[in-house]
Amino acid sequence: MKFGVIVFPGTWSDRDCYHVLKEIYGLDVDYVWHKEQDLSAYDCVILPGGFSYGDYLRCGAVARFSPVMEGVKRMADEGKLVFGICNGFQILCEAGLLPGTLIVNNHLQFRCAWSNLRVEQNNTPFTSACRPGQVIGVPIAHGQGNYFAEPGVLSALESEGRVVFRYATATGEVTSAANPNGSLNGIAGIVNAHRNVLGMMPHPERCSEALLGGSDGRFIWDSILRHLAPTP
Amino acid sequence: MPTKVDKKILDEIALSPDEYDLIERRLGREPTPVELGIFGAMWSEHCGYKHSKPLLRLFPTTGERVLISLGEENAGVVDIGDGQAVVMKIESHNHPSAIEPFQGAATGVGGIIRDIFTMGARPIALLNSLRFGPLDDSRNRFLFNGVVAGIAAYGNCMGLPTVAGEVYFDPTYTQNPLVNAMCVGLAQAGSLIRARAAGAGNSLLLVGADTGRDGIHGATFASVELDDASEERRPAVQVGNPFMEKLLMEACLELLHTDYVVGMQDLGAAGLTSSIVECADKGGSGVEIDVLKVSRRERGMTPYEIMLSESQERMLVIVKQGYEDKVKAVFDRWDLHSDVIGHVTDDGMVRVREGDKVVANLPAELLTSPPTYTREVIKPAWLSKLQTFSFRRLPDIQAEPKHGAKESWGLSQSDSIKSERSANQILLRLLASPTIASKEYVYRQYDHQVLTNTVVAPGADAAVLRIKGTRKAIALTTDCNGRFCYLEPQAGGAIAVAEAARNLVCVGAKPLAVTDCLNFGNPEKPDIYYQLDQVVRGMAEACRTLDTPVISGNVSLYNETNGEAVHPTPVVGMVGLIDDLDRICRPAFQQEGDFVLMLGGAPSRGADDAALAGSEYASLVHDKLAGRPQIDLDLESRLQSCCLQAIHQRLIKSAHDCAEGGLAVALAESCIAGHIGFKDWSLAWDGRNDAALFGEAQSRIIVSLAPGMVSKMIDLARAARVPVTKLGTVGGDRLVIEGHIDLSVRELEQVWRSALESAVQAS
Repeated sequence: MKFGVIVFPGTWSDRDCYHVLKEIYGLDVDYVWHKEQDLSAYDCVILPGGFSYGDYLRCGAVARFSPVMEGVKRMADEGKLVFGICNGFQILCEAGLLPGTLIVNNHLQFRCAWSNLRVEQNNTPFTSACRPGQVIGVPIAHGQGNYFAEPGVLSALESEGRVVFRYATATGEVTSAANPNGSLNGIAGIVNAHRNVLGMMPHPERCSEALLGGSDGRFIWDSILRHLAPTP
Repeated sequence: MPTKVDKKILDEIALSPDEYDLIERRLGREPTPVELGIFGAMWSEHCGYKHSKPLLRLFPTTGERVLISLGEENAGVVDIGDGQAVVMKIESHNHPSAIEPFQGAATGVGGIIRDIFTMGARPIALLNSLRFGPLDDSRNRFLFNGVVAGIAAYGNCMGLPTVAGEVYFDPTYTQNPLVNAMCVGLAQAGSLIRARAAGAGNSLLLVGADTGRDGIHGATFASVELDDASEERRPAVQVGNPFMEKLLMEACLELLHTDYVVGMQDLGAAGLTSSIVECADKGGSGVEIDVLKVSRRERGMTPYEIMLSESQERMLVIVKQGYEDKVKAVFDRWDLHSDVIGHVTDDGMVRVREGDKVVANLPAELLTSPPTYTREVIKPAWLSKLQTFSFRRLPDIQAEPKHGAKESWGLSQSDSIKSERSANQILLRLLASPTIASKEYVYRQYDHQVLTNTVVAPGADAAVLRIKGTRKAIALTTDCNGRFCYLEPQAGGAIAVAEAARNLVCVGAKPLAVTDCLNFGNPEKPDIYYQLDQVVRGMAEACRTLDTPVISGNVSLYNETNGEAVHPTPVVGMVGLIDDLDRICRPAFQQEGDFVLMLGGAPSRGADDAALAGSEYASLVHDKLAGRPQIDLDLESRLQSCCLQAIHQRLIKSAHDCAEGGLAVALAESCIAGHIGFKDWSLAWDGRNDAALFGEAQSRIIVSLAPGMVSKMIDLARAARVPVTKLGTVGGDRLVIEGHIDLSVRELEQVWRSALESAVQAS
């Protein structure tokens, strides 16, 4: 079981993701430079948070042309796990691996805060360790995390059960007050049709140790591990 | 002797006719125009510390943990054990931010980050200390929003957490906001990089952004007063590119793992000029560069412009001869452009060529030794008058009659409770004052969690960052109360240091070292020089008493607009060390029934005037800035070590500094943080009610602890000769100070949490 953490110019959650996988879980993990194309060695790649290429254009609009994205697409096609966090989610949308887009927060400011996520689907490789409807606390840190999609795309996502996380209150109600950025339907994370590509704006790598104020991110890492190395 | 150059030209570069004459005498000839520009930059206050250098020598700068100290390098370094070192510095970007707040603040952050990774340290945290005029003025709101957004844009894009800081509002900063940015890095003590151009023949490699016409004369601009024409200096403000800086940072840190590099120096104020001069001077060598080899953004730039450009995101790397291609390959991998622009020599000269033509040829030593000025220190008469003000002239808060009234509190709201001057209302007004109110509106715009080290986030007395791979953590804070420094500069300077240290102690950290940013008016005016002299003396004494040497810093003078100086504002940034992550303390009250004690002096009639002097209460309620703040540094030192021992021995569950807004605000903050009330008030005093509740006497820490620990705590305090007083107990859902205050914690929190955002949105 091997993990890759992709490093674009301007990525910064790479070190945080690497730390969790390597130091907390003791897993085999590499940094993968964005000019690499062959990702065949990896079972799961993470596209971490950051400001790839400065994100002076639409977030992720440049990174999607990086050579590594060919490898990422191949992994997605082969059913391997592709996990985009924050800027990684934005890049996956720009690359067409996930539908919709992430636009500027409705209050126009960057927002760094803890958020509560209601787990909508636990039949994905990323959430199998969660109970359906479970609320997990995960921090957000973004200026453009406002999920938007055409009505048809949105209703397809909903009807196919591909909305994985929604911003919610601590008791699991999806309200506009609990929505930190204006995302449609309170969407915080979605999967592709084959459910092997997840994009989410919140940062599970920031809440995988109690010392940092919460460890609910572990539900996601635990799910991934369960998928990659099922216990007999 | 009349000078040969036009006074207008000298004004442009802020040199005096006397200074020009000195240059001519020392050179034995007239300087060329390029040389004159170089002198203007290097002899500016910003680079040359003409007025402050003699005073800065008063600071203690050494200590057993100090590895690199004040003035030696781009930043100071302290040892935190296990071969690890913390690198830190604070710097001002006040003038650019007054003109263009977003870019001014953003590039201030960019500059201070470069100072840290230049030394071979990976930046791990940003802090900032901000001062603005009141938010009811639309220009102040524009400045405040722009500065916060600029800091956020740069720090967030770089992937560095902004973990602590302060924001004050006072009319003194209306035209001249203060924007001080601090960066902290972590390094292996053995692999620090020096800013030295050593080894004749080694190459000077300029890497990063191309050089443009932006920011020419930035250093000079920072060394003159602002006036109505300052808007026209907008071209002196640079534009930041945090993405480029992120690449520079990663590439430079990658070079740490090679042995190709002799030294590194960032390009900051005065651009290429100060960069090459400083590393030639520190290396005891000389340098020669050719401006035609510098990649430029636009055509037709003169040598003068190239030398003085302050284009951001550039670094000078001194590369071992023969390794140029290897170093360039590292930068190429990060898509960074680099050029060899010159080489190190051994003749002590800074030589600038334009192709074959030498356009400047100056001794490095002369450029780094501008004349220094000391002035007579005369206490202004107006200050003595202000200090002798007696608060007896102002009405006190009336206590509620004891009988029967208590039951109706918060329900029927008797007249005195509703009155503007009741303690209840004053507490709410203080919590709603933007200086005291929650700064969540600000810090939620900053990524304060990236790098996953933030154990105590913004909002506590100090931030705490764990050091990965160890049980250690560091605590960080900035502090300064400009009002105290205005009223009694020496005590004010000492208080800035003491309070920063106290903040660290409250989270369980032993204070280690100081980085400071001295924000003052024009030192050529006697009143301002008095402030500067006295503040530095006060800080120096406190640093000595608390064993926190000054290891780096910056001086920002000429913070005046149309002749009005800001309050003297010596911002103190401080780092402390926590040996064991399990011994971290926070301000929040924890458990019903816990005792609440005050360590430090209890209110008394004799201390009322000092307690009210410069207080937020006196300004807000009485519009009075007067009196004479005081501090007893020996008591402060005993208090801090007592509190630290109490945390180490696990006697106490919370600790919170008693600062702006006094005891009542400190209790309210601990209630809000813990979502629990406070009751059983058990303190009596013989002096004024307002001084007891809202006075800002120094050297006080509010702690809470289990009843079973009280006797041990009292023994500890007695042994340390620290006064200890019982205040009450934790419990219920209201903050109750019998006879004065009775408010629900929910209401306190609502007011405190929303006030800043409301003030920003009001128009």
